[in-house]
Amino acid sequence: MAAELDEIVLANATTRLAEYEAAGGYRALAKARAMTPAEVTDELIASELRGRGGAFFPTGRKWSFVPSKEQLPKPHYLVVNADESEPGSFKDNEILSRVPHRFIEGCLITAHAIDCTHVFVYIRGEYSGPYEILVGALEELHGRPDLRGDVTIVVHRGAGAYICGEETALLESLEGKRGQPRSKPPFPAVSGLYAAPTVVNNVETITSVPPVIAMGAAEYVKLGVPNTRGSRVVSISGNVVNGGNYEIEAGMSLREIVYGLGGGIADGRELKAVVPGGSSTVILRADEIDVGYDFDSLARLSTAMGSAGIIVLDDRCCIVQLGLRFSEFYEHESCGKCTPCREGTRWLTAILRKIEDGRASQDELDLLLDVCDRINGKCLCPLGDSDAIIVASYVAKFRDEFQAHIDQGGCPFGGHSSLDGVLAPVAMHAHAPAAGVPA
Amino acid sequence: MSTLHARIQEERAKYPAGSSSAVMPALRLAQEEYGWLSPDALREVADALETTPAFCKSIASFYDQFHLAPIGEHLVEVCTNVSCAVVGAQQVVEAFEDALGCRAGETSPDGKVTLRTIECLGGCGWGTIVSVDHRYRTRVRAEDVPSILEELDDGR
Repeated sequence: MAAELDEIVLANATTRLAEYEAAGGYRALAKARAMTPAEVTDELIASELRGRGGAFFPTGRKWSFVPSKEQLPKPHYLVVNADESEPGSFKDNEILSRVPHRFIEGCLITAHAIDCTHVFVYIRGEYSGPYEILVGALEELHGRPDLRGDVTIVVHRGAGAYICGEETALLESLEGKRGQPRSKPPFPAVSGLYAAPTVVNNVETITSVPPVIAMGAAEYVKLGVPNTRGSRVVSISGNVVNGGNYEIEAGMSLREIVYGLGGGIADGRELKAVVPGGSSTVILRADEIDVGYDFDSLARLSTAMGSAGIIVLDDRCCIVQLGLRFSEFYEHESCGKCTPCREGTRWLTAILRKIEDGRASQDELDLLLDVCDRINGKCLCPLGDSDAIIVASYVAKFRDEFQAHIDQGGCPFGGHSSLDGVLAPVAMHAHAPAAGVPA
Repeated sequence: MSTLHARIQEERAKYPAGSSSAVMPALRLAQEEYGWLSPDALREVADALETTPAFCKSIASFYDQFHLAPIGEHLVEVCTNVSCAVVGAQQVVEAFEDALGCRAGETSPDGKVTLRTIECLGGCGWGTIVSVDHRYRTRVRAEDVPSILEELDDGR
C-alpha cells in the first residue's frame, strides 16, 4: 500500500507570486528553459505522467506528436482544459484557487516544450471564483517579463456545456462555434485550434509538470505504482463525513480513501456503492473497494480513475434513481450531433423513468440493455458511451433492485431514497416523451 | 466605462484576426450589460463582431448560461446532480420554491429572483452548492434559504 504523501501539486498554497517564488516557485521554469524543448519532453516521457482529465494518455508522448515548425509551418498552441464539469470532480477548481502560480508555471514550461507562444485556458463559465484568482495571478505575471518571456496566456470562459470538456468540442467552442465534437483523425496535435498543431492538457496535468521538472523524472517515477506514477488529487463527495479534495500517492486503496481521508460514511449509515472516477465510470459495490486507486487495479474491475471524482453512496440510494439522474444529466448535455447519443440518452432516461415509476414490463429491462448496446462504441465522443456503460453496470451489479421495481410495480424505497424526487434541469420544463417508447 | 462596442473589440484583439473566438466573451459582455440577450443585444453583438445576429443566436442557444429571455434581478441556481442530491439538494430547491412562490425554472411573481436547478457545479464535496448571482454558496441546507434571500433583499 502506498504511503502518506506530502502534497506536490497542492503544496505551499498561495495566490501571490512573491510568496510562491519565495517557496521555490518558478525555479522549475528556469530549469526547463535551460533545457532544450526535446529534453523537457523526454523528461516528461521518463516521468510516466499521464493525463489527469480522464483519458490518462501519456503526457510527454502527447507533446512529442506535435510536428516541428519545419515540418508544418504553423503556430503551435497549448490549450488547457479547465472546463471541469464531470459530476463528482472538483479538483481543478481547488488547484486553480489554491496554487494558480504553479499552474501558470506548468503552462510556461509546457509552452517551452512544444515551442509555443500562445496559451489558451478554457475555464468553465460557472467558475467565477477560480477565474478571478487566475486572472489576478496572470496580472502579477504580466509585470514579470523575465518569467513570462514571449508567452501570452488568454483565459477563455465557457458558458455552461459539459460537452466542451471533450477536447475537440472544446476547440470548436474556443473557435467561437457550438461545442460539438469533431471526428478524429486528424488529432489536435496535428490539426487542433485554428487547424494548427495543438496540445490539449488538463489543469492537474499541467500543474504536475513543475514538480516533475523540479524533482526530476527519476524521483517522480518512484511515486505511485506501475502504470500510475506520481500523485493524484482525488475529489471525495456524497455520503461521507469529510468531503473534499485530497492529494494522494497513486495506488492507495479505495477503502483507505473513503474511510481514512473521507472519514467514512456520514450519519452512521452503511456503504452501498462507490462511483470511483466521476459519473462516467463503472460503479463499485461496497464489497469491491479493497482495490488500489490506480489504472491497472481499477481496470481489473472494468472501471477507471477517470477524473478522480469519488462519489460515495450509502444504503439509502436507489440505484434505479441513480441511473435515472445520471441519464438525465447526459441527455441534457448531449450536443445532438450524432444519433446514438442524441436518441439513446433520451431512451435510457425514458425507460429508467418507467422502471422507477413501476410502469415497466420485464421486456423493458431487456430493452434498456439493448439501447445501451446500440449506443456504446457508436458515438463520436465518449458522452453517449458513458451513459450506456454506467447504466449497464448498474443493472449488472444491482439487478435484483431493478427486478424489484418491476415485480412490485414501484420503487422498493417507497419514497425514502436519498435521490427521491430530485429535479434535474432537463426535467425542469415539461417536455414530450421520447417517441416510440411505450407509455 | 467604455462602450460595449469598445469592450468587444478588446476581446477580439485577444484572438487571431478572422477567427470567431470572441463571440462567447462578446455575448457575456452584452448579457452583463442588458441582463439578457434580447434581439437588439444580439444585433449589437453581431455588428461589433461583423457577423450576423443569427450566428450569434446559434451560439447563445447552445450554452446554458446565456439567457434568450429576460430573467429576474437575481439568479439562484441549485445543483441537483448526485453528490448534492444525496445530501439534500431537493429539499433546498423546495425551500426556495416555497419562499419565492414559483417553481424551479421560473421567476418569482415580483420579478426579483429566477430560480433554476443546474447540473454539476464542481463543488461536489461541499454540497449542496447554490450559485447566487454566479457566486457559490457551499453546504447549503434548506434552513439556510431564508437568510440567503434576505441577503438579496439587503443588497438592493
